[in-house]
Formats: sequence, structure tokens, C-alpha cells
Amino acid sequence: MSLTVDDLKVYYRTLAGDVQALDGVTFTIADGEIMGLAGESGCGKSTLGNSLIRLDTRARHVGGHVTLDGEELPIGDNEAMNEFRFKRVSIVPQYAMSALNPTRKIGRMIDELLHSRGVQYDTVLPELSRRLDLVGLSDDVLGLYPIELSGGMKQRVVMVVSTLLDPSLLIADEVTSALDVSTQKAVAETLIGFRDRGFVKSMIVITHDLSILYQIADTILVMYAGKLAEKASAETIVNAPQHPYTKLLISSLPEVGVRYADKQLVGIAGRPPALLNPPSGCRFAARCPLATTKCAEEPPFVEIAPNHTVACWEVGPC
Amino acid sequence: MLKLEHISKTYRVGAFGGGRLQAVDDVTFDVEPGEVISLIGESGSGKTTIGRMILRLSPITTGRITFDGTDVSSLRRSHLKEYYRHVQGVFQDPFSSCNPIFKADRIFALIKHEFFPEVSAQEWRHRVAAALESVSLNPADVLGKYPHQLSGGQLQRLLIARALLLDIKILVADEIISMLDASTRIDVLNLLGDLKKRGLGIIFITHDLSLGNYISDRTVILRHGSIVEMGATEKVFGNPQHEYTQMLLASVPQLHSKWAEFERAAHVATV
Repeated sequence: MSLTVDDLKVYYRTLAGDVQALDGVTFTIADGEIMGLAGESGCGKSTLGNSLIRLDTRARHVGGHVTLDGEELPIGDNEAMNEFRFKRVSIVPQYAMSALNPTRKIGRMIDELLHSRGVQYDTVLPELSRRLDLVGLSDDVLGLYPIELSGGMKQRVVMVVSTLLDPSLLIADEVTSALDVSTQKAVAETLIGFRDRGFVKSMIVITHDLSILYQIADTILVMYAGKLAEKASAETIVNAPQHPYTKLLISSLPEVGVRYADKQLVGIAGRPPALLNPPSGCRFAARCPLATTKCAEEPPFVEIAPNHTVACWEVGPC
Repeated sequence: MLKLEHISKTYRVGAFGGGRLQAVDDVTFDVEPGEVISLIGESGSGKTTIGRMILRLSPITTGRITFDGTDVSSLRRSHLKEYYRHVQGVFQDPFSSCNPIFKADRIFALIKHEFFPEVSAQEWRHRVAAALESVSLNPADVLGKYPHQLSGGQLQRLLIARALLLDIKILVADEIISMLDASTRIDVLNLLGDLKKRGLGIIFITHDLSLGNYISDRTVILRHGSIVEMGATEKVFGNPQHEYTQMLLASVPQLHSKWAEFERAAHVATV
């Protein structure tokens, strides 16, 4: 097991009280696994990604443990996390375009970054140019300023830099969202390539776009309002989802080929609960067509089939 | 109803405006009542610029846009106001369309002030309620709230309701879905479908091919400012003629088939 997250709780401090952005999240990622993390905005997927590398200053680690390759990640301790960042855990941020320092040439920026981790630039340079070559960039980019690159090129540079020290875990947060379909495909394929070549051991890909996850992820974890709803292989989530939320989410996605005139898709009525004082019991109950009185109690996240875990009273091994 | 004839737009770029950027190049199409036409293209393909020119937010370099026979760029003062009664736009980010300092329903008050000063307050309340009803919003849920208290989907529908208060015939919908969550996205799309049934002409600008395919009657595929393919949606998607359209369609992530399978199928087809 590359990464084990056990009952992780992260709350945001606000004047009105604690916002329970992550409330008891438990899952594991195997070596070489690409896990997709999907959900609506505000469901806590980015909080989960961030808490594995750098907790927002307003966020508080309330409980739970995260273990990476058998070693506990001190996620509540900003200083202690520095040991892990970039070397063991790395991130491709959402806006790669603004992740590069505009006042430094790319090469110089990488030099400074490596220096801060005690690595000599010259020793990494051959590997760096080999990897740039893999994503279709020449060494010349190292002498350029970020402004001289296109959006897609910057995205690729950031991906190469993020994985330069072969981290165990890479977090890719909405990396494809701001891109055109053709660039999106190239970026997604690069991510798979990095995993296949062993540059990263395992990966969490965060996005709200389930169709892109189906293309690249081995497993998909669906979150709803700070809790886990369902985890299964990508194939199962898309073709045979069990949790009512996943079912509704999948059925509301228009695909090339589905026309309004022929088949009208429906959305999910209502909106997610506020996480300031979330309802007890199942958080999806208010929007769920299957809800019963039992849903006032919190459903456990149980395995209903091998590698298929669901939090819902209505589906279960019984 | 709305006709675009050989529209081009050139931006001056560079420090002294010395450079030229051809954003839109010789685009011709028209929109009829009760029709959804989608403009699809990558970033920089000029789709938003076309929408802005229709809304008169940026001037046309060459060519002509006519609405019921009148040249749109010649409109001044009261004629322009009359034009805006019929042609309205809704944009990508609903939060930046509203002033966060004021309550969200101020957009209705502004419409009343600008276009219907003679309507009584009570009558106006009825009209607002009816418009909100038609975008399936409950007035009690949204009136008197600040933009940050509403969800993106609610606010986006509120902005569509604002356009409906006017006697609109053409709605320019510029990426109105992209900021919304998957679960509310489809509701806004279905709303556009209902409006179309009521005889509205909709120009649906998007980079997402599956959304464009779902809602539109006709599709225009743009690249670098010019039209590469245009026609009935089922033809453009079912039997794309231009390489670029074929490439775009092959890159769309599908929910039930993987890219690899798609490419294999395409490979078999070509062999």
C-alpha cells in the first residue's frame, strides 16, 4: 500500500464555527494506482488533495492518520511536512500557468527549487532534459521565461518539474479543466506515461469531469459533502454505480450522441448541504430518491463487492 | 432573423498597435427563431468575439450583422436600446456579472429602471415572479439574497430570467455551463431547450462538444477565427468532413468508450 488515509478529518476555522470539509475519510491507494477523485464543487476533493501536501492556513487537522510507504505524514505540521514535499509527495497545481515564477527563466527556477531541497541542478540536468524530451519539449525551454511558452507548454513543464525527484505520490488537481479537448488528451496521456515509466508511484487525479477520469484512472473515489460516497474501479463506477448519488451524477452527463430532442437528461434537484452544521446521518438524504427514515443514521462505508465500497443503507451486502 | 454576413474582426496588438491579430475571419451564418446554433472551438478560435460583436460589445472590422433587416452597427440611442430589448447575453461567470456589493435581484431593478419605468411596482413583482418561475426558481429562495448566498446554477438562471423580462428574441449564451457543477449543468441546458420551444433563437458558445451536441440544431465549428465546418448537428457530429472536426471528436473524453478503443476503431476504418 503506497498511501493509507485513515479517518482523516480536516475542518476550516471560520468566525461562525468549524466547516467540516473532510469528515472521516478512509481509503488506500496501491502502488502504481491512479485514483480519480470526483465530486461537485465544495465536496472537499481539493481539501483532501491539499491536506496531503500543504494544509491551508485556515484549515485544521482534527483527526486521523495518513501513512505514505509505511511512514506517517505529519500533515498538521507545516514545518515537518517540508521533508516530504516535492521529494515524496508532489503536486501539479490547478493553474499551472501561474505556478511558474514569471521573473525567472525556467532553468533558473528549477535550479533554485532543487537547491532548496539540497539537490544539485547539474546532477539532475541529463534526466531533466530526457523528460522534457518525452513530453515533446526541447532543452531550449530552460532558457526561456514562462511568458514565452504557451499554456499547454507551461502545463507540461510544470508536470515535468513536479515529478523530477520521483515522488511516491503525485496530486494532480484539476489539471485538465482549463484546457482544450486536444490539449486535455495530451496532458492526460502524459500523466499515464509518467506512471508507466515509474516517475511517480501512485497518483490522485482530482477533477469534476468523470469522463476524463474514466480515460485515465484505475479507480474512482466519489465524494459528497465532505464524506466518501463510493469507491470502485473506473469501469464499475461508470457502468455499474451503486450509490444513488453516483448513479444520478453519471446519468446527468451529456455525451456526444445524446440529443435533447431524443432523450432529456435530468439533473439532481437541490444542492449539497452547508458543511458548517451538516445534517447528521447520510448527507445526501435530502436529495436522494431512495431516502428512508433509516438515513437519519450515518451509513457505514462498507465493501459490497471486492474493491467496491459504498456508503448507503439502501445498497449493501445485507 | 439575425444574420451575420462576412464578419471579420482584427485586433491591434503589440506596444504601439503595430501588430495585427485576425480574431474572426469572414464568418457568415444566421439564426432563426426557435433554433439553437452552437459555436464550438478551442480557445482563441474567435467564438466569444463573435458573441461580443452580436451584442455590440466590440465593433466589427468588416462585414455586417443585421437584425430583422437593420444593420446593427448603425444603431444609436433609442434604436440601440430597442435592439437590446430583443438581443441579450448571458456569460460564463455568473458571479462576475453581478456586483457583489448589491443584492442579486438588483439586476431586475436595473432592467425596470432602464426599460420599463412606467410599469407599476406591483405589476413588476408579478413579472419578475413569472420570469423566475419560467427558469424554475422559487422567488422566495433567490430574491433579497446577495450573489454569494446563491449557487452558481441559481445565479446563472437568475441572469437568464433577467434576459426573459425583456422581450428577447435572441440569447447569446457564452459558456454559460462551464462554471456549473455536473448535477446542475443539465438543468440549465434543459432550460435552454424549453426557451427554444418558446421561439427563442439561441447562440450557444462552448468548447464542450458533448454539450453543444446535446442542445443544438445546427453546429458551427470554428478554428483560428474561420468556420471549418457548419451544418445540422447530427451531420457534423455523425459524419464530420473536415479533419479538424474529426480530430476534435476523437479527443473528447467519452464516458463509455476509451480513447484507445476509439483510435483502434478509427485505425481499422482507415486500413
